[in-house]
Amino acid sequence: MSARDDILGKVRAGIGRAPGAAPGPRPAPAPIPARGQIEGEARLALFTELSETVAATVVRIPDMAALPAAIGDYLASQNLPAEIMATADGDFDTVPWGSQPTLEVRRGTPGIGDLVGLVQASAGVAETGSLMMCADADNPHMASYVPETAVVVLRADRIDGTLDDAMARLRAAGDLPRAVSLITGPSRTGDIALKIELGAHGPRRLHIVIVDEPGSA
Amino acid sequence: MQVKSGAFKETAHKALHNEHLQEALGLLRSNFGGARAAAVARLPEFEALRDAGRDIRDHTLENLDHYLEAWEAKATDQGAIVHWARDGEEANKIILELCRSVDAKLMAKSKTMISEEIALNPFLESEGVDVIETDLGEYILQLANEPPSHVIGPAIHKTKEQVADLFRDSHTDFDPARRLVEIPDMVGEARQVLRERYFEADVGLTGANFLVAETGSSVIVTNEGNGDLAQGLARMHIVLATIDKVIPTLDDLATMLRLLARSATGQEMASYTTLSTGPRRSDAEGGPESYHVVILDNGRSGWLGTPFQEALRCVRCGACMNHCPVYGAVGGHAYGWVYPGPIGAVLTPALVGIERARHLPNASTFCGKCESVCPMRIPLPKLMREWRRQEFESKVQPPRQRFGLAVWRWLARRPALYRLASGLAAKGMRMLARGGRISRLPLAGGWTSQRDMPAPAARSFQSQWKARK
Repeated sequence: MSARDDILGKVRAGIGRAPGAAPGPRPAPAPIPARGQIEGEARLALFTELSETVAATVVRIPDMAALPAAIGDYLASQNLPAEIMATADGDFDTVPWGSQPTLEVRRGTPGIGDLVGLVQASAGVAETGSLMMCADADNPHMASYVPETAVVVLRADRIDGTLDDAMARLRAAGDLPRAVSLITGPSRTGDIALKIELGAHGPRRLHIVIVDEPGSA
Repeated sequence: MQVKSGAFKETAHKALHNEHLQEALGLLRSNFGGARAAAVARLPEFEALRDAGRDIRDHTLENLDHYLEAWEAKATDQGAIVHWARDGEEANKIILELCRSVDAKLMAKSKTMISEEIALNPFLESEGVDVIETDLGEYILQLANEPPSHVIGPAIHKTKEQVADLFRDSHTDFDPARRLVEIPDMVGEARQVLRERYFEADVGLTGANFLVAETGSSVIVTNEGNGDLAQGLARMHIVLATIDKVIPTLDDLATMLRLLARSATGQEMASYTTLSTGPRRSDAEGGPESYHVVILDNGRSGWLGTPFQEALRCVRCGACMNHCPVYGAVGGHAYGWVYPGPIGAVLTPALVGIERARHLPNASTFCGKCESVCPMRIPLPKLMREWRRQEFESKVQPPRQRFGLAVWRWLARRPALYRLASGLAAKGMRMLARGGRISRLPLAGGWTSQRDMPAPAARSFQSQWKARK
């Protein structure tokens, strides 16, 4: 007998089910925390508050035209060189990068040689202050993990209230991409003497740029 | 991993006198409990979510064959290759074959407790595949050649000075005069060492916190991001998961995530939760060319339909050990195998046999704290008591202990005689007392060597109760 059939046979024997039997009734749906069931500015404020609680930084800009200056200001504030590797995301094509002449923008997948990577999030979750990253050719999975500093663009209209809303968004898009990450703050570890330290393996810094009107670049 | 649970009494005794360990455990006691309580207080729905989490797990376990098959069908449809392993030996062989199929020299590994259970690392290394642990705690232990002592903080027993010494001894490429005093120095150094290894690795192996039947995904939850780098930069991603990890839907995942991090570290969410589904979709997006999932039973199917089915609800958050007075005093190594603390006292006898782990279910005061914080409401004291019962029935205790229990049982079933005997014993104890305290008591020298026993009251509770009526 194959290991598969053997294991499934033992499972059925233990719980007393026949092969192919329909599952029993599902339990009542779990409660959805009220905290995330809010709209508009309150939702944005909650997302911002919870992101900042886990050591991410958040700024809000009116449109994509303001992105180069926002990134330039952030890099200067962190004493980082004015260089970024921005993913191939089409929304970055029309950004007027020339408005920030000191900022050097390269395009491609942020890799190990890049100090700062720029990616776009698929969604945000106010309930937890998380970013949802659905990997694809435009925004590859590793782009959010390899550079030391991750700058993430998040459209305000893509901030969901609850984790359930984010899951519904995934479900609506059909089969899942290879990797979907919920990112909540920068990389951290407490593995040495339980002291929380940022930047264990993934980014040391996570900077979120919320864009109110992404279409008007 | 060798089972050393039989030596619990000796290892626990040593642990109590180990200064470094006691320093580390002091930190654990002062950190985790308060963090969890604060996180729970911020979410009014938490207790209702615990009920829901328990119900999701119970429903899945009661229909486990259905959900395993549903998960397998969807995962396969998405390009996963699913392997089934009855035990550790089969799982290890499957993983070795997979490594050989891509001519792998190095595996980057994210923390998985089951890989400790099946002793994967020594097996792969004996067959010529190098393994690098990437979770910082596991990496420290790999350098120290020690087993983990906690399910989420594997190196929790090490002080920062011990870690610094270990790094100095192991990272011989670094300048010996470098500064390695504070924790950021050490985290930075480990980051630098491990970064290179991710890119060298041919295979990335992760565990799975959950398997989602609806989408055919495996899910990992980390704070460091190491599990993502391990799977995203290698040519092959292997997931090692046991049969109990499956949950039905994405909504169930949302519920589980709300419970997991709060119970574990007191975070609202861990930094990284990643759902992996199939191999890379395009070269431009990168990621592994192949995605394999090894589903391991290792005896768990045999727990279904027994009282221990409830232990399969466990999400390995570590809350039970974080709140356990026994774990807090002796640490994880005393338990002698992979899973320490209250859940370890239930899982270890089930996985290695009660005769090799009989002390563990007895290493509890039954204070009930573990059950009160378990996000899955696993009745840990009840299950430990069940092991004590099985221990007595299988006659693995020493004759003297069995005799003592038999005498007590005989007496307890004869109330009149029991009252007479206990009345006499109380009288005898009062005669031994000086100033209301007993400093040495026959047959209980182990207890009175550490503290005085108060003398029994002149009249028993029962006789006072009778007089009151």
